[in-house]
Amino acid sequence: MTVSVEPTDPTTIESALRPHAEHAFAAELAALAAQDDRPRPARWKMSPWAVATYLLGGTLPDGTVITPKYVGPRRIVEVAVTTLATDRALLLLGVPGTAKTWVSEHLAAAVSGDSTLLVQGTAGTPEEAIRYGWNYAQLLAHGPSRDALVPSPVMRAMAEGMTARVEELTRIPADVQDTLITILSEKTLPVPELGQEVQAVRGFNLIATANDRDRGVNDLSSALRRRFNTVVLPLPESPDAEVDIVARRVDQLGRSLDLPAVPDGIEEIRRVVTVFRELRDGVTADGRTKLKSPSGTLSTAEAISVVTGGLALAAHFGDGVLRAGDVAAGILGAVVRDPAADRVIWQEYLETVVRERDGWKDFYRACREVSA
Amino acid sequence: MSDDTAWRRSPGPGPLLLGVRHHGPGSARAVRAALDAARPRAVLIEGPPEADALIPLAADPEMRPPVALLAHAVDEPGRSAFWPLADFSPEWVAVRWALEHEVPARFIDLPATHTLAWGREEGEAVAIPGTEPDEPGAGRQEPDAAEEPDGRGRKPDAADESPTDRQLRVDPLAALAEAAGYDDPERWWEDVVEHRGGTGERDVFAPFAAVEEAMGALRETYGAGGRDRDPVREAHMRQRLRAAQREFGERVAVVCGAWHVPALRAKTTVAADRELLKGLPKVRTDMTWVPWTNRRLARASGYGAGVDSPGWYGHLFRAPDRPVERWLTKVAGLLREEDRIVSSAHVIEAVRLAETLAVMRGRPLPGLGETTDAVRAVLCEGSDVPLALVHDRLVVGDVLGEVPEAAPAVPLQRDLVREQRRLRLKPEALERELELDLRKDTDAGRSRLLHRLRLLGIDWGEPAESRGSTGTFRETWRLRWEPELSVRVAEAGVWGTTVEGAATARAEADAEHASALADVTGLAEHCLLAGLPDALPVVMRALADRAALDTDVGHLAQALPALVRSLRYGDVRGTDTRALAEVAAGLAERVFVGLPPACAALDADAAEEMRGHVDAVHTAVGLLGETAPQTQTAAASADGTGVLSPSGQSPSGHRDLRRRWRAVLRTLSGRETVPGVLRGRAVRILLDEGELGPEEVARLMGLVLSPGTPPADAAAWIEGFVGGSGGGGMLLVHDERLLGLVDSWLTGVPAEAFTDVLPLLRRTFSVYEPGVRRTIGELVRRGPGERLQGGAAQTGGTPGFGAEADAGRADAVLPVLRLLLGLDVLDVLDADNDLVGAGR
Repeated sequence: MTVSVEPTDPTTIESALRPHAEHAFAAELAALAAQDDRPRPARWKMSPWAVATYLLGGTLPDGTVITPKYVGPRRIVEVAVTTLATDRALLLLGVPGTAKTWVSEHLAAAVSGDSTLLVQGTAGTPEEAIRYGWNYAQLLAHGPSRDALVPSPVMRAMAEGMTARVEELTRIPADVQDTLITILSEKTLPVPELGQEVQAVRGFNLIATANDRDRGVNDLSSALRRRFNTVVLPLPESPDAEVDIVARRVDQLGRSLDLPAVPDGIEEIRRVVTVFRELRDGVTADGRTKLKSPSGTLSTAEAISVVTGGLALAAHFGDGVLRAGDVAAGILGAVVRDPAADRVIWQEYLETVVRERDGWKDFYRACREVSA
Repeated sequence: MSDDTAWRRSPGPGPLLLGVRHHGPGSARAVRAALDAARPRAVLIEGPPEADALIPLAADPEMRPPVALLAHAVDEPGRSAFWPLADFSPEWVAVRWALEHEVPARFIDLPATHTLAWGREEGEAVAIPGTEPDEPGAGRQEPDAAEEPDGRGRKPDAADESPTDRQLRVDPLAALAEAAGYDDPERWWEDVVEHRGGTGERDVFAPFAAVEEAMGALRETYGAGGRDRDPVREAHMRQRLRAAQREFGERVAVVCGAWHVPALRAKTTVAADRELLKGLPKVRTDMTWVPWTNRRLARASGYGAGVDSPGWYGHLFRAPDRPVERWLTKVAGLLREEDRIVSSAHVIEAVRLAETLAVMRGRPLPGLGETTDAVRAVLCEGSDVPLALVHDRLVVGDVLGEVPEAAPAVPLQRDLVREQRRLRLKPEALERELELDLRKDTDAGRSRLLHRLRLLGIDWGEPAESRGSTGTFRETWRLRWEPELSVRVAEAGVWGTTVEGAATARAEADAEHASALADVTGLAEHCLLAGLPDALPVVMRALADRAALDTDVGHLAQALPALVRSLRYGDVRGTDTRALAEVAAGLAERVFVGLPPACAALDADAAEEMRGHVDAVHTAVGLLGETAPQTQTAAASADGTGVLSPSGQSPSGHRDLRRRWRAVLRTLSGRETVPGVLRGRAVRILLDEGELGPEEVARLMGLVLSPGTPPADAAAWIEGFVGGSGGGGMLLVHDERLLGLVDSWLTGVPAEAFTDVLPLLRRTFSVYEPGVRRTIGELVRRGPGERLQGGAAQTGGTPGFGAEADAGRADAVLPVLRLLLGLDVLDVLDADNDLVGAGR
């Protein structure tokens, strides 16, 4: 018989370290579905328009407030939802820390009401994880039968017309990736051992995420690539948004790591974010000077870790105030990934940009110290 | 026959007023349909009446839009206004319709003679209004066409305007569209006006009635929308309309900005309108057609109120049906040309995505936004890079308009003639040479003119080698005016209306499109020679950008000397070169950072090339330091520890640059991975600069020449240190200690290695002057090295001399001395070493 994950009972939800999206936002989903009178694609819990509202936030006619799940360009969410509605598979690309998984989970929760049909892609993901496996005890005792079959999340999604999710698609070996081609183009999964097939029911779709900095890992074959509509999730648009994200995450992390509270770090955080953004974008914040970009990703996630590291330094070895010296070493480590090329880029940046900037004297000195 | 019935179907009595959105393909199509249905006896179009005579040229087969009507003041070609027209512009459609149906067409807006004069009255743009040919076109898109003929009268960011007001002025339809929740006015127009009530036979006049109504409401709310000159223009339009009605009867159609429709409908008296038009300033103007480009139509190129996507609009206008499918097929074709794999299946999926997106966004048909999103997600795999290409080539488009030869001369030609007269420089077919002394005003002006023309590709003069002095204030030109240069002048008319303005625009465009750093540096030099200070900021910016992204230190090092040279030229000509100095300092800074890593692990040829760069940079940094007192720079403002000092913004910045350069050289000299020739060169420069004392140099040299160093490397070091004709030999002549080190090293080179180092050494010493070579030879024969052995150098004594006098040689001098001094008896003469030394 098919092995399926039983719906989690309420007590488990309460105590779960991190509840699934469809549980955490059950009230919002219900309110949206109840007031949604637009046409819904087959087996969708709500209309595409309502899914977009769920992700972007808004207020419903009856006053229910939908919190925004994704803060970013509206266009991105609209294209993603529309893609799912056109039965094309959706590929979310982005550097680490751009909320790919988060968006995919919420999309699945809103569209199918279930975000748990998930395949985690790793270098060791086997074909069985995408197609099906066998319950060998059954297989030996009774021979091949539907009962001995262990379906993968993708197979279950096909049979039930749900949304399946594949995380880190590019980490999966290429031959395993390609098993998705038949599923996505023919919308069917043959089981030659039984002489049967599982045909996808209307409503089935697949959301994959991949890290576009790791393109070299297991690049998608163009045949597979063609089955996906690609949406690139961007890094935060404005410096203020990014400073806000970093400050908030640092605060949360600091509390969970029991770091002593360090006041007035915001200036230093702003500087870290500025340095990261400028090097990443290849242009200074005032847009007047172009810069070379180093080989590292310099994502928001890295900025967070630099600041967290700096906080730990300040708390344990410094005077308890986050200073330029505390973050300088972290920045150097994040920027200089390739010891030859990146170092030149970094020094050029220091000498041509940082040195002349008002109020950055201490930062320049600290960076010079660690770079020397 | 059916004419009269058609006319009766037009909305309301009186003339047929077709309010349009300038450059709206939807409007254009609607205008054509309305004209076809109404068949008026005359077509009146919003535009300068001076252009009436030019209308027949629009039918010329050689005339291809986009083109622009250009009005300019005769005495002041820089004062000009443009009215660009694309083939999807309603005005163009109306002109063509009239020509095809042999119906008179008239422009009815206020004459350019007044609008251009307005700008002058206010004393605006006296400098060089034609600098950016794009900008002056306050013309067509704005309903307030040529209100600010030079485009400078009111920048969009004038302080006292709210964004809404500004938008209203620029594009009232856009304001309406935004109020309806649309980001693209063209889409709103399509959705609301064109697809409105699509059942049965559509009434071709209905959209115009609807727009007139909407505009009426808008103008009731906003009045003239802050455009105080509109009443005057509209009065003139009404007057022209009345005249046309007297001539052709009621059946007259007017194509004008939707904004003006309510005003033309309004009932005013002839007397009141005449009153408004009284006493307007005048200036003698001339009109012609000039070619235009899609890029200039696009708003992104600084054209005040252009359209974002002329290519897309053109497509919408031309596509007979299925605009989205056709568009995506076009995109796929472009991407295939660029070697991206795009199959028909991709296009199908893109169309589906675009259509579904349109449904989700509640639009009847996919627009540019939806198709672009679909192109990005499906055809470009989420990447913005190919999308940028699509935007550049298709959404904006590369279309270049053409104008028949019969069109009147461009103002640039007139300006050139005037300049020639002013500078007394006649165009002659005979080649002649011209000597210019740049210290004289006229000559400096001539030089500038010739340089500007060269920038524009009009090679009237060619710089020649000066025969006499080579001073920076002299220039020699070879002049020859070829007939085809007139054609070039006409072509250059695209760039602007004055020689200076056109050259500036051209230089800016060149700077933006230049690929190599050296090209931009050359351009910067040229701008200074041509006296185009206005182009410098753009060129400098391009230069700084190229420099920032160039990873090859060699390129940077090559660019630096040219830049510093420009800086000195600028001084001679009294140009403000502060920006240049700043960029030069930044460039030097980048060289400093990049040089040490770039010098590692080079082969012999590369090292030799790099040595040239090091020398060039050294000279440049020296010159930059000298230029310092006149030019302040924010760059290079750190003191010893690299800490900003408040006084860092002072001229000492450049001296600081030299200090930092020496630090770089020190790094170079001490790094093992740097080829010997570079290390030697670095040490030599430091010695000459007084940064390293002779003691230290001797130590370094001893280190290099010690047995642990491979002979080839040591020989290279020697070449770097004393090689070249720049007095390297004299150093060895004067500092015998160094010569001794070389000598003893050379004698210690193993026989098998000697043949390897011989070519290097030969190269090093063969360039010395014969005298120097001989002296060194003599010194070596005397054997300075031998005397050094036994640690003589360490125990003291003047370098190059033995610890004790050579008694034998000293004695030989004594008889002569005696004779000279008249001494018969000189018992013990202390042979003076100095005397002996001085004899050499």
